[in-house]
Amino acid sequence: MSLDPTIRDQILAAVPSLRAFAISLSGNVDRADDLVQETLLRALANIHSFQPGTNMPAWLFTILRNLFRSEYRKRRREVEDADGSYAETLKTHPEQTSHVEFKEFSVALSKLPEDQREALILIGASGFSYEEAAEICGCAVGTIKSRVNRARTRLANILNIENPNDFGPDRTTRAVLTGDDVA
Amino acid sequence: MKDHKDPESSGEAQSMETRPTTMKKGKGQAALGRDIQAKIGQQLRSYYDALIEPTPDKFSELLKELDKQGGKGSSE
Repeated sequence: MSLDPTIRDQILAAVPSLRAFAISLSGNVDRADDLVQETLLRALANIHSFQPGTNMPAWLFTILRNLFRSEYRKRRREVEDADGSYAETLKTHPEQTSHVEFKEFSVALSKLPEDQREALILIGASGFSYEEAAEICGCAVGTIKSRVNRARTRLANILNIENPNDFGPDRTTRAVLTGDDVA
Repeated sequence: MKDHKDPESSGEAQSMETRPTTMKKGKGQAALGRDIQAKIGQQLRSYYDALIEPTPDKFSELLKELDKQGGKGSSE
């Protein structure tokens, strides 16, 4: 059977965000492209299990995440403790946005635990609801919420985002309050 | 690492300063101030948008190719 044009358009429409998610997860554009390609292969091979009218992006993200996870178990993320190598592997260097900020953010993101990073990206960037993200990650909604919260707190610490007017406690005190390590 | 952002990039942070910040503590976990959350959210989105921009065409080609192959009757 040939692919329904509507379905094909839905898949294509999801690809850019799917690829951005893959880059965020793997920290490497080439691996991300492989992941997306593999995801599309699997999706088409199993297209009969997709219920028309349900959430195509969520379905594709689930496939990609599972692929990444199974690969991840085999070889651990090489750049987990990256000191800039994460951003270096990204070929896309948008000149229009601040290069420094982009790079700083990539590095900060790479320092988050895997679970927190994916939750934060799904919610904060890919535009999924907490319910959808929970489904994609195969966990409870509450788990996603707490991962996102921890990810934000940690990023704020790493990136030193603070406003002196906002906080009484200094950084160390706040780290104690939030139960986070002082970076 | 620097402790502050360059002044050019903090244009929108200024307007956020005027907003009240809540720092509530529940279940022993302190929530981040709303303006800090907004700042992280904005940075996250521009990071992600930058990754989205240069999506190559090869995936639509691939999909076309796979579709053709699928048409030859691989699945039931």
